[in-house]
Amino acid sequence: MDWMAWTWPTAIFFAVIASLLITFTVLAIKFPETPRTGILRIETTRGDRLFITLLGSAFINLAWLGIVGAQQPYALIVCLIYAAAVFRWV
Amino acid sequence: MEKTVNQKAWFLVLPVLLLVAFSAVIPLMTVVNYSVQDTFGNNQFFWAGLEWFEEMLRSERMWDALGRQLMFSGIILAIEIPLGIFVALNMPKSGFWSSFCLVLMSLPLLIPWNVVGTIWQIFGRVDIGLLGYTLDALGINYNYTQDILAAWVTIIVMDVWHWTSLVALLAFAGLKSIPDAYYQAAKIDQASRWKVFCFIELPKMMGVLMIAILLRFMDSFMIYTEPFVVTGGGPGNATTLLSIDLVKMALGQFDLGPAAAFSIMYFLVILLISWVFYTVMTNLEKREG
Amino acid sequence: MADMTVNQFSSRGLSLPKINSSLVVMTLYLLFLLLPIYWLLNMSLKTNTEILNEFTLFPRDLTFANYATILTDPAWYMGYVNSLIYVTLNTVISLAVALPAAYAFSRYHFMGDKHLFFWLLTNRMAPPAVFALPFFQLYSSVGLFDTHIAVALAHCLFNVPLAVWILEGFMRGVPKEIDETAYIDGYSFGAFFVKIFTPLIASGIGVAAFFCFMFSWVELLLSRTLTTVDAKPIAAIMTRTQGASGIDWGVLAAAGILTIVPGALVIYFVRNYIAKGFALGRV
Repeated sequence: MDWMAWTWPTAIFFAVIASLLITFTVLAIKFPETPRTGILRIETTRGDRLFITLLGSAFINLAWLGIVGAQQPYALIVCLIYAAAVFRWV
Repeated sequence: MEKTVNQKAWFLVLPVLLLVAFSAVIPLMTVVNYSVQDTFGNNQFFWAGLEWFEEMLRSERMWDALGRQLMFSGIILAIEIPLGIFVALNMPKSGFWSSFCLVLMSLPLLIPWNVVGTIWQIFGRVDIGLLGYTLDALGINYNYTQDILAAWVTIIVMDVWHWTSLVALLAFAGLKSIPDAYYQAAKIDQASRWKVFCFIELPKMMGVLMIAILLRFMDSFMIYTEPFVVTGGGPGNATTLLSIDLVKMALGQFDLGPAAAFSIMYFLVILLISWVFYTVMTNLEKREG
Repeated sequence: MADMTVNQFSSRGLSLPKINSSLVVMTLYLLFLLLPIYWLLNMSLKTNTEILNEFTLFPRDLTFANYATILTDPAWYMGYVNSLIYVTLNTVISLAVALPAAYAFSRYHFMGDKHLFFWLLTNRMAPPAVFALPFFQLYSSVGLFDTHIAVALAHCLFNVPLAVWILEGFMRGVPKEIDETAYIDGYSFGAFFVKIFTPLIASGIGVAAFFCFMFSWVELLLSRTLTTVDAKPIAAIMTRTQGASGIDWGVLAAAGILTIVPGALVIYFVRNYIAKGFALGRV
């Protein structure tokens, strides 16, 4: 595994993603849900909204890095707001 | 078709999951790891944080490559989709000639990509290629290794040559699924050829055309071998598309960090576009029934 | 668009003889497709002196020396063997894992099925350039570098999703009652799948195999990165023609023509299913 050049931050990053996936799987088993149609006018389930959130967050982080370029942690706050919005309205 | 809920179906998809995860997830994780570190090639890594991402976001080189890439994909889609539909409309519907056309049209699709490049590299040469020689004889100044416009025309014509058949075959499959009754109804209504196309053929082809656009967009977005063989990314950097630039960076200069950061952004863009297409496509299918 | 009006007649029933404008369009298009290939063939049958010194539309002194060079030198023809080995391996592996998965996708709802399907497709969309370097590291670390199986596995990245996609389309077309009747008749899942189901989607399997063959055969970036000597594909060996005295055009052209042959053979066998296959069974 040497060649994969693991670092703690990336390991934590993947651990967070993995635990999110597991959480949502458990949620889906415990509380099954029917898809709903939100403002994007597409049917989404919790899983879809998670995907939209994660992908959007990646772009938010990149945009922050490109435009602001400092204080990256603040981008995460924007991501949280975005996530809340996605889970509420999409 | 009504599907039943059956969680045991997971066992059937498990082999696929494991196999693709081995080839996709491990390399992807590695790329992420590389992207936050610096290396001098001897398997020693140093933490670099988000430096590479920042550098890549600010580098003109990447934005230029992205611009060229979007231009390339845009142009080939604008040519191949209409041309493919047009060819499909003119194909014999059945019988020997239909198979004949199908076989010949599929031929470019099965040629290894670097051979496609070689074919056009030779074909366009002024000294030994038919195309280059003819253009030269006509007095047109054509030299794809020196002239930017000629290089672009060459790689675009090459891509049209290579892939239009795919669009045509997909559109043809869509056309064949239209029942004769539709045409007869149109005939009774004395609909014009154009109206038949707009109101019968095009809507029926929509599903396959979405697949065609998706495949063509994605494949053109990651094109590497063909233009590389023909122009090597030149003249200058005029035809250095995203993948060419990436390979140059990763395997040529061994700049793992920047290349990895570049890869991740490249992949994110692709992921976003695939998701949009996929969502639109599945919603289309649902609406149709 | 001028042809559209001329074309008016073709909508008046498909049984009429073909209208000329269609013929013209198809002839021009096929000519456009075949001319570059003809030129390659033409060059492969010439001597280098003729290629470089005269401009001829067909070979004046026909020679097969270029082909002889390739077919007698193991360093050359082993490239074809290598390519064929990993392409075959890849097709077999892809189909073997894709068949049950496609069945699951076409028949059942299960947790995360849509997400899994989308994730598979994104791998079809992933640029090989992104994966080239980590693949090199990955396969080196598990000791598979420069083997046929490494290339075959790497190509699974985009071929397995594609095979699942195509097969799922075909399987959807098979009525579910067939499965149910078979289970009532006492078939086990395995027996049903092999004896009843597989023959029903034989054309789908053919098409999927065709596509796996095609994409594995034409890919070069990954196969070149993962091999050096023992499993080097023909497409990579072609760079050998660049010698000290310039490029050996005749041999290069001959090698190119020989890479087209397997593809042409495969197309011939699946010609009747191609159209449907390209629509991924979704028409």
